Amino acid sequence: MNLKLARDNGAATDAERRLASPLAVRGLTVSYGQKPAVFSVDMTVRAGHMTAIIGPNGAGKSTLLKAALGILKPLAGTVTVLGQPVAWRRDHIAYVPQRASVDWDFPTRVIDVVLMGMYGQLGLLGRVRPRHRAQAMDCLERVGMADFATRQIGQLSGGQQQRVFLARALAQGADLYLLDEPFAGVDAATEQAIITVLKGLRDAGKTVVAVHHDLSTVRDYFDDVFLINTQAVAEGPVETTFTQENLQTAYGGRLAGAQMDALAETLSGTSAR
Amino acid sequence: MSGSEFVPLSLVPMLIGVCVAVACALPGNFLLLRRQALIGDAISHVVLPGIVVAFLLTGIVASLPMLLGAAGAALVAVAAIEAIRRLGKIEPGAAMGVVFTTMFAGGVLLLEMSDTSAVHLDVEHALYGNLESLIWLDATGWSSLWDPQALAYLPVELPRMAGALGLVALFIAVFWRPLKISTFDEGFARTMGMQTGPLGLALVVVAAIAAVAAFDAVGSIIVIAMFICPPAAARLMTNRLETQVAWSVVFATVAAVAGYVLAGYGPLWLGAADSVSAAGMIATVSGVLVAGAALMGPARR
Ligand SMILES: Nc1ncnc2c1ncn2[C@@H]1O[C@H](COP(=O)(O)OP(=O)(O)OP(=O)(O)O)[C@@H](O)[C@H]1O
Ligand SMILES: [Mg+2]
Repeated sequence: MNLKLARDNGAATDAERRLASPLAVRGLTVSYGQKPAVFSVDMTVRAGHMTAIIGPNGAGKSTLLKAALGILKPLAGTVTVLGQPVAWRRDHIAYVPQRASVDWDFPTRVIDVVLMGMYGQLGLLGRVRPRHRAQAMDCLERVGMADFATRQIGQLSGGQQQRVFLARALAQGADLYLLDEPFAGVDAATEQAIITVLKGLRDAGKTVVAVHHDLSTVRDYFDDVFLINTQAVAEGPVETTFTQENLQTAYGGRLAGAQMDALAETLSGTSAR
Repeated sequence: MSGSEFVPLSLVPMLIGVCVAVACALPGNFLLLRRQALIGDAISHVVLPGIVVAFLLTGIVASLPMLLGAAGAALVAVAAIEAIRRLGKIEPGAAMGVVFTTMFAGGVLLLEMSDTSAVHLDVEHALYGNLESLIWLDATGWSSLWDPQALAYLPVELPRMAGALGLVALFIAVFWRPLKISTFDEGFARTMGMQTGPLGLALVVVAAIAAVAAFDAVGSIIVIAMFICPPAAARLMTNRLETQVAWSVVFATVAAVAGYVLAGYGPLWLGAADSVSAAGMIATVSGVLVAGAALMGPARR
């Protein structure tokens, strides 16, 4: 009877939610050796929202993203992108890794790196036309890197490189953006530039999922949170899920007292809003 | 020099030299960027056991079985290098070192144990090849290029090498984008759904084909030098892959032509009587080009 009521109140079945979600993970277990780095995780990302993946170092956040992308093979579990296996939906996903594993000495300029994002559009033999170049320049413009278009990629600062890889992701024209710590090691101005771009994507109906460490900005930047520590801890809108209790569980009591107090301030401050 | 002298004596070796140089330099660009440039060295070592096995199986010293034996050995080596690199998680340079020394040593042992002493498999030939001997005696001048009868006696190495060059160029043209992206950022290439493993393997196999085809005509010195020197010099000229590859073709061509001419006439100009090995001179010129680029290249670091 109770169950029936819940259904009538509009709660979708799991299958329905999974079909509609730009990224749905079920029972995902990934292991590098003996001990799983991600264990039996369920995650359902809401379309058109910004989700923060939060957890301590080594919690399996990067591993979760890589498995979601199909770069890592899971031991168990499924990943669907809009209801389809991820391999069929590659054109819909853009990914910015935590540390780009690129060859920094490679003979390629910033603009060429951004053009690499258009491989999905251009295919094996498609010609790069002026409109593709214009599109790549526009992506660089959006991350404030247009002036560096003809620099060799290794001749940039770390924060500038980060922005170029964001521009490459933008050039992919994806619907789902997965970013692993996009704000790591960038200055405040760059962080503002990046968050503006990400919010712009969200407002254009795209879905953004980002691993995020700075707990004080979660409320300002994100709509949803996903807390993880090898296993999923909690998932949902920031207002209801980004709570001290959940954070304590995720961080296993490893958040320092002062950090917790500062956080409590931002938590109560915004919930009174 | 008149056409009646140049065409029969120098044109064919020069063209073969250019084909070899470009066919090795093209994949060399990617191998160099992937830090696998020593694969040329590896392949020219492993062809020895291939040639010995081919001789033991057929009992004759002929070009085709030896070429097939060399190709077979190169493929075995490539597979072994990939397997060691993946399974042992060893860096490519070390994996190549393990495989080519083992296979080369195996070749020497095979040679000693079997009764090949009657056959003269000489070291000098393996190193320098016989570029100068690939003359086209049926040619009488430039007009022979349109004469089917003379063309029928064109040294077989030329069409064989031109074919290898065509194959290499076609592979690189078609897979240009995946090769570029996966060499620069393999993780990203995989998120785009590229099969980076098979692609890397295909690149090495194509390089092996070029090396084996070249080995027979020109020996291993040029092969090793052309995989590394023109791309290395070209890298110092530019920060764009497209431009780098274009420069590497220019450098390879210059090295082949200038090396051949210098080998033939350089000693005479210096007052000596004999000419020197064309293969050795071509390799030397390519080394000089690298030195020049290292001193003056606009993109040197
Ligand atoms: N390539 C690897 N080989 C072996 N173990 C790994 C590898 N990558 C990660 N791990 C382990 O898996 C666990 C999860 O790592 P992961 O990189 O997913 O953590 P994370 O949540 O992204 O951490 P961080 O906040 O430091 O980026 C860690 O215990 C880590 O040591
Ligand atoms: Mg991480």
